[in-house]
Amino acid sequence: MDFETFVFYSFGAILVASGLRVVTARNPVHAALALVLAFFTAAGLWILLEAEFLAITLVLVYVGAVMVLFLFVVMMLDLNLTKLREGFWSYLPVAVTVAALMGFEMTTVLYGRSFGSQGATEPAGYSNTKALGSLLYTQYLYPFEVAAVILLVAIVAAIALTMRHRKDTKYQNPAAQVSVKRQDRVRMVKMKATPRAETLESQE
Amino acid sequence: MSLVSWHDLAPMLPEIFVLCMGSLILLVDAFIADRHRFVTYAATQLTLLGAVLLTAQGAHGETVTGFHGLFIEDPVADVLKLMLYVSISAMLVYSKSYLQVRGLFRGEFFVLVLFAALGMMIMISAGNFLALYLGLELQALCLYALVALSRDSAVATEAALKYFVLGALASGLLLYGMSMVYGVTGHLDLSGIAGVLAHGVKDHTVLVFGLVFLVAGLAFKLGVVPFHMWVPDVYQGAPTAMTLFIGTAPKIAAFGFVIRLLAGGLQPLAHDWSGMLVILSVLSIAIGNITAIAQSNIKRMLAYSTISHMGFVLLGFLSGNLQGYGAAMFYVLVYVLMSLGAFGMVMLLSRQGFEAEHLDDFKGLNQRSPWYAFLMLILMFSMAGIPPTAGFYAKLAVLSSALDAGYVGLVVAAVLFSVVGAFYYLRIVKLMYFDAPSDPSACRAHADVGVLMSANGLAVLALGILPQPLMALCTYSIWHSL
Repeated sequence: MDFETFVFYSFGAILVASGLRVVTARNPVHAALALVLAFFTAAGLWILLEAEFLAITLVLVYVGAVMVLFLFVVMMLDLNLTKLREGFWSYLPVAVTVAALMGFEMTTVLYGRSFGSQGATEPAGYSNTKALGSLLYTQYLYPFEVAAVILLVAIVAAIALTMRHRKDTKYQNPAAQVSVKRQDRVRMVKMKATPRAETLESQE
Repeated sequence: MSLVSWHDLAPMLPEIFVLCMGSLILLVDAFIADRHRFVTYAATQLTLLGAVLLTAQGAHGETVTGFHGLFIEDPVADVLKLMLYVSISAMLVYSKSYLQVRGLFRGEFFVLVLFAALGMMIMISAGNFLALYLGLELQALCLYALVALSRDSAVATEAALKYFVLGALASGLLLYGMSMVYGVTGHLDLSGIAGVLAHGVKDHTVLVFGLVFLVAGLAFKLGVVPFHMWVPDVYQGAPTAMTLFIGTAPKIAAFGFVIRLLAGGLQPLAHDWSGMLVILSVLSIAIGNITAIAQSNIKRMLAYSTISHMGFVLLGFLSGNLQGYGAAMFYVLVYVLMSLGAFGMVMLLSRQGFEAEHLDDFKGLNQRSPWYAFLMLILMFSMAGIPPTAGFYAKLAVLSSALDAGYVGLVVAAVLFSVVGAFYYLRIVKLMYFDAPSDPSACRAHADVGVLMSANGLAVLALGILPQPLMALCTYSIWHSL
């Protein structure tokens, strides 16, 4: 076994183990951290395939941004796990049977097959990023633009679903605050001056 | 090398127009007060009208591709897109007052509907796995958000979550299948895949393995048994206007998806996928029709009826030849017309604080509004497949194509189950004509809804008496596209 195969199998083993941990961990924070590990090892596998741009993007976008947000959400939500885990043991036999059957079938079909991408080492100085960029902005410009529309829809949907105008919120109107005049705040009242001592005496 | 030429952009003018107008409406709507919201409504209808004109003007009866084969414009795409615009426009007319009463008549609704339409157009015109998948996601994201739009309703939120989770699962299945097919053929391009498959590949098992996942993903999106569990819950939980939308336009897009994927790219594998479709279609027709009998909620009943109708559409694909695809296309177009009318009627009977969701709400409709009762009678007869309505001819065309392909037992089963199905359609007719109404007041509708509903019901009748023009259009477009 050469070094590359060894690295592949170690990364693969860690990936599978952390993937299992994501679904079995009791604590949701641990599950999220296991997912981070899974992304890291997947990025390692991509580096092994000489897809360094994709690997770095995976770490930057998924580990750096998505998972951090995810962790925040998990920590802020007060998840009631006992309620979520209700009925776990009663579903388990059926679930395990189906999963084992599926796993067995998929292994028998896919075991020992190659998809014919081996041996394609690129010359030194070949830039993966450049090739990807030029393809993305020429041949695949159309799907790229559609993906942009999907992001726009995501923004519209997120705002439409979460924003609501509440009538009872107390808020400040800065424009009104700035344009306020003295007359609006202070009222001058003319009063006749009367000696105080006399009123006291008359009440007595 | 220039990035984009006019040659690429010309066939996709309708898509570009809808995208620009959607963005424009999004911007303008932010500055419109609630009482002037009809401006957004009118702009959306005008956008659809413009798309109709652009598509009709660009239809030359030949296949044009753009963007390195990622985009295809052919007669099938033109016909499906025109029907798409018509159905969305009718949906907007039917649901206008329903949405106004429930505080859902908002700018986001129209923007999301337009973007969903864009996603469906992209699916219909896709020539590549990437375009197919992105169009599907664009459409699906809009639909999830639309279902959840009435966020104070717990039922609608639950429906949206179910729809979202199962939709995401289906997308995962589709992508996995696509990756397998890509692994074997080395192409994402549907024409490229067909080219490789025509010469035969050595790894046929993996190809079929990928095909299983593709068909399962498709079945989820179409809502056929055994991937149908989301359909009744979403149809019942969503506000009726959204149910009307989900039940009509996306079915046209899903048909386009199946035509592009199975009949376009994977046609050489027809022998493999037709076996899978046999199981899906016979189970859908059986379970859809039998379960619908037990429903007391009309939206849920129509959901099960949708499942059985989708089973019939798949029946058209079984033969794997152009005649069958033409019959399936005719069935989808007729189904969309019937579904528009039926859900439109449910909304017509609803009013402020009252949803006409139960079968009992149709009691004595003949005494309240005889004309609407008659239209509903036509729609129900058509769904059951009773002559002289369009539904009869659609079922006949699909069944005869399956019969020609030698599926005699399957055809017999389909006919038997559609007889079972006739029971629950005719039950509504019985409720309307032979029972006393609980509320004798006539149902009022705006003039535009009344006119459109009449046109819709009469179109179903007219297509049953004179099916030839539409059938000829479907056959012509299929023959000139594939």
